[in-house]
Amino acid sequence: MTINHYIFLSVALFCIGIIGVLTRRNVIIIFMCIELMFNAVNLLLVAFSKMHYLAASVIDPATTAGTDGQLFVFFIMVVAAAEVSVGLAIIVMMYRNTHSIDASFLNRLKH
Amino acid sequence: MIALILSALWGVVMMFSGIFLKNKKAAAPVAITGIIALLIVSYLEYNAVLYLDADIRGMLKFSAFGQVFTGVVFFCTLIYFILNAAEFEETGNDTFEYYALIFFILSGIGLVTYFNTLLMLFLGIEIISIPLYILAGSDKKNLKSNEASLKYFLMGAFSSGIMLMGIAFLYGASGTFYIDGINVATAGFSPMIAIGLVLLLISMSFKVSAAPFHFWTPDVYDGSPTVVTSFMATIVKVASFVAFLRLFDNAFGKVHAQWQILVALITAATLFIGNITAVFQQSVKRMLSYSSIAQAGFMLLAVFSLNTFAKEGLILYAAAYSLATIGSFAVVIKMKDYSLEGFNGLGKTQPFLALMNTIFLLSLTGIPLTAGFFAKYYMLIGAVKNGHQTWLVIFAVLMAAISAYYYFRVIQAMYFKEGNAEAKPVSAVFKYTLLFTAMLVIVLGMFPSLLTKALY
Repeated sequence: MTINHYIFLSVALFCIGIIGVLTRRNVIIIFMCIELMFNAVNLLLVAFSKMHYLAASVIDPATTAGTDGQLFVFFIMVVAAAEVSVGLAIIVMMYRNTHSIDASFLNRLKH
Repeated sequence: MIALILSALWGVVMMFSGIFLKNKKAAAPVAITGIIALLIVSYLEYNAVLYLDADIRGMLKFSAFGQVFTGVVFFCTLIYFILNAAEFEETGNDTFEYYALIFFILSGIGLVTYFNTLLMLFLGIEIISIPLYILAGSDKKNLKSNEASLKYFLMGAFSSGIMLMGIAFLYGASGTFYIDGINVATAGFSPMIAIGLVLLLISMSFKVSAAPFHFWTPDVYDGSPTVVTSFMATIVKVASFVAFLRLFDNAFGKVHAQWQILVALITAATLFIGNITAVFQQSVKRMLSYSSIAQAGFMLLAVFSLNTFAKEGLILYAAAYSLATIGSFAVVIKMKDYSLEGFNGLGKTQPFLALMNTIFLLSLTGIPLTAGFFAKYYMLIGAVKNGHQTWLVIFAVLMAAISAYYYFRVIQAMYFKEGNAEAKPVSAVFKYTLLFTAMLVIVLGMFPSLLTKALY
């Protein structure tokens, strides 16, 4: 598999995530679509990391090129976990007040 | 560096003091002590008296620009804490935690002003955003606050996803997260760099609420408790602008010509939408939210022109806009009724509050002798010196003229309309701080070099 396959797969996952965020009404589903976007990025970062490693290891077999890409993935996971904990708390808070998790609720402020 | 560490540590201190000190009233003094300590430390660091030599692998770069900016941020936060101490106690029972979250946000602001890799930029933006989601929803029983918090959270996470995709593409093209390395890689302007640049532009526009990605702003600012809105619309917004400017200056400065027109279009759209919609608002709080979009349009001129005027101007704009908006919000919070009619006759019932609010609104309009004038002047002169897209400068001046309409409407309501505006009682400390802030706005309006010369 070349790098283009990975790019194609990640961009496809990312676009599914974006379309999900823009079209779905259920807050939990929107939330999952955002996670899908994050994970598409993780996949792409790991693929690029491997690509840069392979390119550099031809010249120097002991290279560390590409490790920072994989490290970034761990940071994204940590941040995503922090966001989930806050986000679910917000959704629970909203559910207690409205007994619904429908995003059309969000349009109330406009009036 | 020490200020950055101290701001994160003080957040923890705030949380623990919440356990040991049961009295809500004790929260403000602890927070004010912390922010004064931060100010002193950052002043000593600026003069290179204090220095911490930690091996951070060049991930952060401590420039004079960043140090002056964090100084401005800490100072504005100090004024914000003093003016809003009473409101923090009214918002909910977790007063200590609100202050703690704000200290965490301050450490995030430190990261986005000093970042030298995209990793630090991402972490900084997230450290700013996540506590803000909580603060926006801190009025737990209020549906509007819930809604603001959820909306802000969804939009924030969505734009973070877009930003990450942009970072991934830049990494693919350049093999590094360091912005100097990316700057080198932009020489061969490959499609991957272009996609990364556009995605980062979109996500940063989300964060600074530039049109057409501004739609979440009025609802979030209107729904959040006013004391939180005051912080979000000022300090957090200018910090995002500094991140925006530094990212596009240091990483994409070489290909400025390629993306300049995109920023010009975003700037024009932001100025237009912000100013025109603000005209139709009936609530002063909502008007100030739209005005923050309009002011964001002016600050975008700095990203558009990217020269020394832009950088000096952005610091000046950050100070002028934050001080005036914090002051104006502090007056709005004291009102019983946030609508424009609620301000009728304030000049008679509360002459002091009305006078102070007038000074802040004049500064936001950009009348000479107030700080807002020189801030706008620097932005415009930067765009003129830049030499491209002169129509944008003319457009910005026109929009500044329109902004006078909705700011002056509040002044007109306060002085020339009959009514008895009701305001909550204010303490002497509040009055003196407000007076001090207004004096500062005027002093900066007469001698802007007091601030800009600190950069060199």
